[in-house]
Amino acid sequence: MILPDTQTFLSVDLPAMLAALFACLSCALVGNFLVLRRQSLMGDAISHAVLPGIVAGFLVAGTRDTLPMLTGALVAAVSAGLLIELVRRLGKVEAGAAMGVVFTSLFALGVILIEQGPARQVDLDADCVLYGQLEGILWFGPAGWSSLLDPGTWASLPRQVVQLATVFAFCLAIVLIFLKELTLVSFDPALADTLGLRSALVQHGIVALAALCAIAAFEAVGSILVIAMLICPAATARLLCDRMPAQIALSLLAGAITAIGGYMLGAFGPMLVGFDHSVGAAGSIATLSGLILALAILFAPRYGVLARRRLARATAPALA
Amino acid sequence: MMEGLPFAAMGHNTAMVLAGTTALGIAAGTVGCFMVLRRRALVSDALSHATLPGIVIAFLVGLALGVEGRSLPLLLLGAAISGALAVAAIQAITRWTRLPEDAAIGAVLSCFFGIGVVLLSVVQALPAANAAGLKGFIFGQTAAMRSGEAATLAVLALAALAGVALFFKELRLLAFDEGFARAAGWPTGRFDLGLMALVTLVTVAGLQTVGLVLIIALLITPAAAARFWTDRLGIMLLVAGLIGGLSGGIGALLSARFQNLPAGAIIVLVAACFFMASLFFAPARGLLARTLRRARLRASLGAAR
Repeated sequence: MILPDTQTFLSVDLPAMLAALFACLSCALVGNFLVLRRQSLMGDAISHAVLPGIVAGFLVAGTRDTLPMLTGALVAAVSAGLLIELVRRLGKVEAGAAMGVVFTSLFALGVILIEQGPARQVDLDADCVLYGQLEGILWFGPAGWSSLLDPGTWASLPRQVVQLATVFAFCLAIVLIFLKELTLVSFDPALADTLGLRSALVQHGIVALAALCAIAAFEAVGSILVIAMLICPAATARLLCDRMPAQIALSLLAGAITAIGGYMLGAFGPMLVGFDHSVGAAGSIATLSGLILALAILFAPRYGVLARRRLARATAPALA
Repeated sequence: MMEGLPFAAMGHNTAMVLAGTTALGIAAGTVGCFMVLRRRALVSDALSHATLPGIVIAFLVGLALGVEGRSLPLLLLGAAISGALAVAAIQAITRWTRLPEDAAIGAVLSCFFGIGVVLLSVVQALPAANAAGLKGFIFGQTAAMRSGEAATLAVLALAALAGVALFFKELRLLAFDEGFARAAGWPTGRFDLGLMALVTLVTVAGLQTVGLVLIIALLITPAAAARFWTDRLGIMLLVAGLIGGLSGGIGALLSARFQNLPAGAIIVLVAACFFMASLFFAPARGLLARTLRRARLRASLGAAR
């Protein structure tokens, strides 16, 4: 078994881990409200629908620079949200079907754009949207552990990590400022409306935040991981507690554990079993998030399957 | 290859692929109606993503058993098994926990796909394995399809259609009034299982052609479009089958004629055009028809006053 030396760890694994961590934290944070509002699949729809925007951004700018692609993704995400709303309203189509129609059409458009000349030549493919390029984030700043104490080293953090950290800070600020409103709308939109709080507006805001997280994260970790992270940590927390602050804290904890643990599992796990290739970190993080959720489903103290069964057995004689 | 291909000059292979995608479109459109009516359109999303780990495991099993290359039936069997597991997981989560169905769908979808991605990266690192074909299942690879494979898929699609015809009564009951059906003593759970089996069949048949992301579109879009045309289930099934079949046929033709149009994506876009046209111009619930009806009603109310 070969563990990476310090330098490799610091310049390859550490930045990737940080990027995964911030991506997971921001998605887990926003995911709480999506899960409570039953909008979980908006994340799925948006992260598929950004594909044509990314390719169009590339085709227009003609380079693999990030800015045009991110702009394209943003435009695509906003249009996807608007189109879904439009199809729902104008056609009176059920939400799930509306999402299905819109995001698959946009994804198909993206696949076709990819096959056109210029995009083909630089080998831009849909894989980068699905899996991201976590392993491609390199940090040449640090030289040895002690250099991490030097603030100058941190100034050279890779752009992706800074971007994800900024988005996380932004989401955290928004959630903390509007916690009361978000909580109210999540649990009782009708009451929110009667109190004069426009619940529809808040819900659009939640979807917009989710889109922001998805766009910031897809480049580094891919859309599959974004979907997993928007839903699994929040769902895990939902099974473990009833109060909003606890829910948010637990989901962030679950997100952090999944990000770090999943990365380690992907990067070093295969070597432990004597397989000398690392597996895709995005995939292993998504898998781990599912495992943690499965554990919560089975063993959660009050809402887990086993606890409910025990409770049912305990109350059965009393009812008989 | 810009000049048109007359049908007579169309190769045997292209004709078979055309027939295969048309059959697939008809089957997917018809089966999809029940998913859309049951408001469970996105379960098919999870199902199709969840086929990936099954495909890769089946590939590994084939490798271990010494099956040469990739055997399509084995891969499709794996896909069907893991897809069915995913659907079972979604139903178990919604039934036995407090999580809503959409969260269950999203969680199952992303985790199964994540497992698939991990397994795929393992397979690609294996020196012995020629895993080149596996990725084709994600985005579809009609161009590489052989006529024998197209025939297999057409047969699968026809089997799904036969299933709908056979269980029409039961599926209709399930789609419109599940509560009544259960109260009247019908085994709705078993009907639901049957419907999911049909959806799995269509999904698995479509993996090779349009890929696992875009097969969702063939299940949802024609059915959602057909809903604009009528309020009767029988007609809706016909319209959805027609739209699905036309999308499959036109898409395959376009993709055969222009070489940089991948068939799966163009089929989905054709279906999306049908959806848009239906949204605006369909006679029963289309936007134009509804607006006209409302205007006429307003006029008649004005005349009466």
